[in-house]
Amino acid sequence: MAHQAVLEREPLGHARGSNTTGGGLRLPVVSDGLYRASLAAVAALFCLLIVALVVTLVVQARPAFAHFGFGFLTGTAWDPVHVKYGALPFVIGTLETTAIAMVLAIPVGLGTALVLVHAIHPKLRAPLSTAVELLAAVPSVVYGLWALLVVAPWVRSIIEPDLARTTGGTGPFSGPQLGIGLLLAGLVLFVMVLPTMVAISRDVIASVPRDEVEAAYALGATRWQVLWRVVLPSARSGLLGAVTLSTGRALGETIAVTMVIGNSTAIAHSLFSPSATLSSVIANQFTEATEPFHLSSLIALGVVLLVIAMLVNAAARLLVRSVGRQSAVSVALA
Amino acid sequence: MTMTQAPDRRHARREEIQKLASGSERRRKIYSGVGLSICGMFLVVALIPLISVLAYTVQRGVQAWSADFFSHLPTPAGIPGGGIWNAMVGSLIIDGIAAVVAVPFGIAAGLFLAESEGRVAGVIRFAADVLSGVPSIIIGIFAYIALVRSLGHFSAIAGSFAIGVLMVPIIIRASETAIRGVPHTLAEAGLSLGARRSTVARRVILPTALPGLITGVLLAVARGVGETAPLLFTAIGSQYFATNPNQPMAALPLVVFQDGIQAYPDLQQIAWGTALFLITVVLVLSVGSRLIAARLGRVRL
Amino acid sequence: MTEAMTDPRMEKQLGMETEKALTPRPPGNSVMRLRNVAVAFGGRTAVHDVTLDFPEHQVTALIGPSGSGKTTLLRTLNRMHDLTRSAQVTGQVMLGDVDVYGGSISPTLLRSQVGMVFQRPNPFPTMSIYDNVVAGLRFNGARRKGLLDEAAESALKSAVLWDSVKDRLKAHASMLSGGEQQRLCIARSLAVEPRVLLMDEPTSSLDPQATKRIEELVTELKTRVSVIIVTHNMQQAVRVSDYCAFLLMGDDRAGQLIEAAPTTKLFEHPDDERTLDYISGRFG
Repeated sequence: MAHQAVLEREPLGHARGSNTTGGGLRLPVVSDGLYRASLAAVAALFCLLIVALVVTLVVQARPAFAHFGFGFLTGTAWDPVHVKYGALPFVIGTLETTAIAMVLAIPVGLGTALVLVHAIHPKLRAPLSTAVELLAAVPSVVYGLWALLVVAPWVRSIIEPDLARTTGGTGPFSGPQLGIGLLLAGLVLFVMVLPTMVAISRDVIASVPRDEVEAAYALGATRWQVLWRVVLPSARSGLLGAVTLSTGRALGETIAVTMVIGNSTAIAHSLFSPSATLSSVIANQFTEATEPFHLSSLIALGVVLLVIAMLVNAAARLLVRSVGRQSAVSVALA
Repeated sequence: MTMTQAPDRRHARREEIQKLASGSERRRKIYSGVGLSICGMFLVVALIPLISVLAYTVQRGVQAWSADFFSHLPTPAGIPGGGIWNAMVGSLIIDGIAAVVAVPFGIAAGLFLAESEGRVAGVIRFAADVLSGVPSIIIGIFAYIALVRSLGHFSAIAGSFAIGVLMVPIIIRASETAIRGVPHTLAEAGLSLGARRSTVARRVILPTALPGLITGVLLAVARGVGETAPLLFTAIGSQYFATNPNQPMAALPLVVFQDGIQAYPDLQQIAWGTALFLITVVLVLSVGSRLIAARLGRVRL
Repeated sequence: MTEAMTDPRMEKQLGMETEKALTPRPPGNSVMRLRNVAVAFGGRTAVHDVTLDFPEHQVTALIGPSGSGKTTLLRTLNRMHDLTRSAQVTGQVMLGDVDVYGGSISPTLLRSQVGMVFQRPNPFPTMSIYDNVVAGLRFNGARRKGLLDEAAESALKSAVLWDSVKDRLKAHASMLSGGEQQRLCIARSLAVEPRVLLMDEPTSSLDPQATKRIEELVTELKTRVSVIIVTHNMQQAVRVSDYCAFLLMGDDRAGQLIEAAPTTKLFEHPDDERTLDYISGRFG
């Protein structure tokens, strides 16, 4: 027995102090109590770390909140020179980029997941799923580089003119076509959020009991009817979890967005306008914030972002926990 | 309904149903085909960015690769022969320190979680979940306040701290899963032979869980290597070569970011080259983790 | 769809082989007929060469020990094997005078005429009782409320469920007990007015009382549909079926039809020794 052989090298019994292993390494035998206590200490330290994180941020942000009050959240001016700080443009920017990303990611992600589980050859399933999951492994900054240097010119010379032409160039499609800006940021986020959306949706859809699927076919339903009327409704709550988790990802994404959003502190009035998100403005201005309220306000923005992200992620956990299969979920959550 | 009417009604219904069924059949088939085709297109759409990112990074990155690229220090814009040697060393140091601290910490916490039930474990698990949902730039802010502001200067150590904090939840989760996957019987056999719990953990549980642990660690490292935001105001990057963790240090993702947004084509090329190197490292770690886990898994049990 | 005709001379004309003496043609019309049907998965044969007639408006039981291919054979009748990529079905499966694998009838249309009830009750969990019962009708393009209501009531009555659910049709299907859920699934299949109802061990996951209720309603269903039921319980076969087909796994690990006869004959004086062995409990 493997374990028996391993343990036979240990002197069994009750002596404390050191013991020798076959390799000559002297390791102290730790009593059970000490062992459990040190593990517990590590765990406690971990919790402390998180508490410290939240507390530190809140404490550092306090001056800004105290000074500007609730107006911080509703203020639209961001003017270090005149010491006026308002978070609204960045909250809106964060919500807008996330919205663009999700509006695209939900249908594309769901459709891809449906096809992966129900419509492609079983042999292709694993490689294609891995390929989509590989998207998640690419670092954010590489996406930013690609978006800035490859996609932005394409958006500027093809997408934006086409959109403007078909819609008459008004409202959300007005203004100078720079390539970078809100639209591109949303597109990059869409690409980055897709692997999460597909991986979780795929697992949720695959876990719909085969019985139900067969029952639908046995009644004379076409494949699409089975997917649309039985599989998707059955997977409803898990899919909602996938959407929420992906939204949480999109909200927190920093670098790729910072590289392509154009970093304007005004509220964007068009998809083509430059904009900023909570995380992008922090990334841009943090090292240059000399004025004390500036730094405190940036950290306050961080607190706002933290609160939003934590709420969304908490909601996502509640929804996804009910679905099995740990591994894809942990890949996605990692 | 009388006894004779029921069968008649059924026949009438059957005829109506069959007529509806065969009449709608073609339409339903078309809808099904269209719906599935659209979903198939979505699959293609999902794969296009992956192909595009990899293709462009390889194509443009390879042009930057040269002996100089991997051995020289950065040069100002317009001067050829610049390289990323300091960034390679910097990433190694920053991520190395982060891993050296985060890995034992994470595995110990994972061991704790795997061995406990109840509310306490629930709280810890919840804490790990919360931390993995925190945007990485927030962790960077935390590291700045804790280790930059207090010490009065930027440093690689502050960067390591941030990256380490990022890695811990991944390692905890992977460790817990791996350790829980060790069959109860092995641990119980050890304990019943009189060995101490720490012994059982060290000699039986951890070695058996090794494939899962390695996967978790390598994935965490792969993630850490690619992170930029936490380094923006901790290690902040550098044009010079440095090995002292107590000073600012260059790192691969910082090079991609800082050079990529410049208007100079030669700096952009450095960015592409670094991006390719970064992707390679991340890919090797990710794929490697699966291979090692598979190989060890086969040998073990 | 015309009614099946089983004139032996007609069959010879159409070039179809009649079976050997061990499976005499059942009395009356046949609603479905199998001719040399075989099923293989990835090249490995699961069921051999089966030739069998299923009598109309009767209950036919497919019996035999586990692994003998009963369910595999059942699933050829409504082309459920189409859902498994590695499955290969050869031979002819006739519904009336149409070979269902021949291409003149699509699988979806076929399944509106040949319904199926599964081993474990599988009502659609997000739908109400009413929506479950009419789900098949809606899939097939029926929308008229009058038709849906009438079909639902008739089906639920045949499934002996109408009285207990008629006041809570909007309730979720998961509120019902196991036995009730299975009867709901039966009603769901009946609402589409199929000609044949396939049942794959429908009571094996139910308690004895629920089992009894379903057995009772199966015998009542004969006026409405032809029933083909797979069961591993010989007593159940005796209780509910008029005609029986016995399958057995051979040395090649593939199932084959040993004998088919009216139930009383099969159980009282079977022609084949292996049938005798099975029903007297020597294996199974």
